[in-house]
Amino acid sequence: MPETLVQIEQKAPRGDWRDPHVEFRKGSICYSAAAKNLGALSLPNPRAWQPMDADWKLPPDWKRIVLDGMKERLKKYRSFRLFMDICVRCGACADKCHFYLGSADPKNMPVVRAELMRSIYRRYFTLTGRLFGSLAGGRELTEDVIKEWFYYFYQCTECRRCSVFCPYGIDTAEITMMGRELLNLIGCNTNWVLEPAANCFRTGNHLGIQPHGFKDSIDFAAEEASEITGLDIEVPINRKGAEVLFVMPSADYFGTPHYYTLLGYLMLFREIGLDYTVSAYASEGGNFGLFSSHEMMKRLNAKIYDEARRLRVKWILGGECGHMWRVLHQYMDTMNGPADFLEVPVSPITGTVFENARSTRAVHICEFTADLIHHGTLKLDPRRNDHWIATYHDSCNPARAMGLLEEPRTILKSVCRNFHEMPENTIREQTFCCGSGAGLGTDENLEMRLRGGFPRANAVKYVKEKHGVNLLTCICAIDKATLPTLLEYWVPGVEVAGVHELLGNALVMTGEKERVADLRGELFAPEAHSVGSASEASHA
Amino acid sequence: MNEIYALLVVLAIAAAGLAGGQMSFGRIALAEVIPYAAAILFLAGFCWRIMRWAWAPVPFHIPVTCGQQKSFRWIRAAKIDNPSTQWGVLARMAAEILLFRSLFRNSRAQIGGGWLILSESGALWLSALAFHWALLLILLRHLRLFLEPVPAFVNALERLDSFFQLGAPPLYLSDVVVIAALGYLLIRRFRDPAVRFISLFTDYFGLFLLLAISVTGVLMRYFTRIDVLNVKELALGLAAMRPQAPQGLGPIFFAHLLLVCALASYLPFSKLMHMGGIFLSPTRNLANNSRSRRHINPWNHPVKTHTYPEWEKEFREKLQSAGIPVEIAEGAGDAGNARTN
Repeated sequence: MPETLVQIEQKAPRGDWRDPHVEFRKGSICYSAAAKNLGALSLPNPRAWQPMDADWKLPPDWKRIVLDGMKERLKKYRSFRLFMDICVRCGACADKCHFYLGSADPKNMPVVRAELMRSIYRRYFTLTGRLFGSLAGGRELTEDVIKEWFYYFYQCTECRRCSVFCPYGIDTAEITMMGRELLNLIGCNTNWVLEPAANCFRTGNHLGIQPHGFKDSIDFAAEEASEITGLDIEVPINRKGAEVLFVMPSADYFGTPHYYTLLGYLMLFREIGLDYTVSAYASEGGNFGLFSSHEMMKRLNAKIYDEARRLRVKWILGGECGHMWRVLHQYMDTMNGPADFLEVPVSPITGTVFENARSTRAVHICEFTADLIHHGTLKLDPRRNDHWIATYHDSCNPARAMGLLEEPRTILKSVCRNFHEMPENTIREQTFCCGSGAGLGTDENLEMRLRGGFPRANAVKYVKEKHGVNLLTCICAIDKATLPTLLEYWVPGVEVAGVHELLGNALVMTGEKERVADLRGELFAPEAHSVGSASEASHA
Repeated sequence: MNEIYALLVVLAIAAAGLAGGQMSFGRIALAEVIPYAAAILFLAGFCWRIMRWAWAPVPFHIPVTCGQQKSFRWIRAAKIDNPSTQWGVLARMAAEILLFRSLFRNSRAQIGGGWLILSESGALWLSALAFHWALLLILLRHLRLFLEPVPAFVNALERLDSFFQLGAPPLYLSDVVVIAALGYLLIRRFRDPAVRFISLFTDYFGLFLLLAISVTGVLMRYFTRIDVLNVKELALGLAAMRPQAPQGLGPIFFAHLLLVCALASYLPFSKLMHMGGIFLSPTRNLANNSRSRRHINPWNHPVKTHTYPEWEKEFREKLQSAGIPVEIAEGAGDAGNARTN
């Protein structure tokens, strides 16, 4: 926790944004990437440096590298060129950004974040900018601008909320991604992004867990699920010929509260008898490459299709993770497809053909489970979640890159009797980010995370006071890792859980022993316990 | 300072028009030469900008989804805000271009007493929409000057626009709306601290220029009572490539004309190109069908990955001791370390 309380206030912007000077303060920056991680990924300019240093040890021709990099990307991405050109600075995006609301720093207005890049674009790539310079909104590219880019492009979670409100659909995530790509060309990157990426490249997952450690974690979860249910639950690893390859974010088998979600998955798969395997090679669904460059995204994503091909599965099922689904939904097929070695996904239980995944052949676990529930194939006892009064946080990427809004709600409303939505303009496509996405979720950045997370937490506080909400559910691994801290600070008394954790609580499994506690080991609410034995539970 | 420079430039253009209109040489330049130059700049510049965008590929399928996806028949999909078909995209783009759908969502955030309060905020949407529609109406009304006979729809629009029959000549609603909306947008730029902070020269320049065009137009119609037949003679001459500036047009007309020429020449090199750009915006004009139809990236470069054989080689012993099946035959490529178990 920061030593002094984070004060959230609104301040009228002052000064001139064209002044690139930035003060690097502990608590609101991410530290630089260690040289070994750049080395592991063959990235340029590995060295020891920190953002607070006066000398960033940029390569001598850094300016040419950045401008050439911009030129190349302007040719390769219509989004980039277009978004550099058409903004009218109407300001509709300004107060839509959680970082602007939480920090009152005017350069956190999405329009200004983009102008930091646009001003350089205008100066070096447009006729008016070359002729008229600052009058045409151009700025010289200096080392201070690089430092400013670093500060603000690593103070954007690529959540795309601003883009929902933009009359031209200008997507700040695209601009931040380009900014980070350019910074990566001269070795200005953060460790919280590159260490997971380097780990993922080598071991298969962000946490750097090697295959035997992976097996230990999975076996441990399987044993615990067996103990809770009294059933024999086993998880196949790297098994060839399974129908489904299940891919999840590594935090699910190594983090809390993610772990309870994993228990939920395992129980569900056991109950329906899913023919599946997990993989120690494709042991990460998440993709921190998305937070450094398109190339890195593709490098890290490749293993998912490769492994599906090697294991000769029919299709891919993906766990609860936000940015993983941004990549699986909008990039994977284009980058590493076509997935013609797989089959169009069909639920082995209900026979539903997942038409919306016809080409990518990857299905979201919430789609899969919602379909099971819709067909009444699961026996659920929602009273087992009566100790929770839940709300649902739409994770940015599933909401604004997929539109996966009703599937998780379908599950929640079937497994839990106390459910209340947060205010309309803070959920669904207008959902507020946790403030820690896109590789910003590190402790050294805590003050800025708390500031950026304020709008989300404030909406949680609203439903806590109005309805007594004590559980925030979500379907994103970064949410699960960072929201507990955020809520502890802003809304003490509200826990965080995955949707499939609540499903695991409510799932009445064939032949299970009488359950008195939820997956966290907390006793069920008294009433639910007295009437909620398996034999009495009703169909949802 | 940006706003002052912008105002000064617009005033200078207007003054040049006024002064030029009073000299015979100036009248020839303003009425017979500059309009062609402006038209060429506009057309060539506009096409060039659109082509620059169109030439850049759309490597990835990145729509921003603003509603429920199409997944199951029993979940109602947001067919327009999250389109899954080309028809849906068409509807979404139409809503965006004709109704400013996204701007309609606008809200205002305030922080007070520890609470974040989000309230409805329709003023920007309303004024932007009013301005653009009024401007379109005014442009269409101007067709009367370029076409003989005047098309029926132009006459109909005029009747609609002067519905209230106030004054003589009757007041056009679009004139009132365009000036009021531009005025609001300009005042907003001055008064809203966040918008003032982000405003550049070009933002003020565009507004002042449009305002000056509107005001000079209004002056001619309602106050100096320009003879429209003279204007039409010039316009038809220009359209027929036989430009001839008739007498009696008055200096304000030349100011109006020069301002319009300035706008047309400036447009392709400015943010006003948003009128063309919106059609190409990849977060809006793509259907959310990236999992059901493969999107092709024309420059899908190969990248260095960590392949399964490389991975297995590195972790082979650990895999075997953990009882995870391995793929590569014992001894293949690494006979020295081969173990049997």
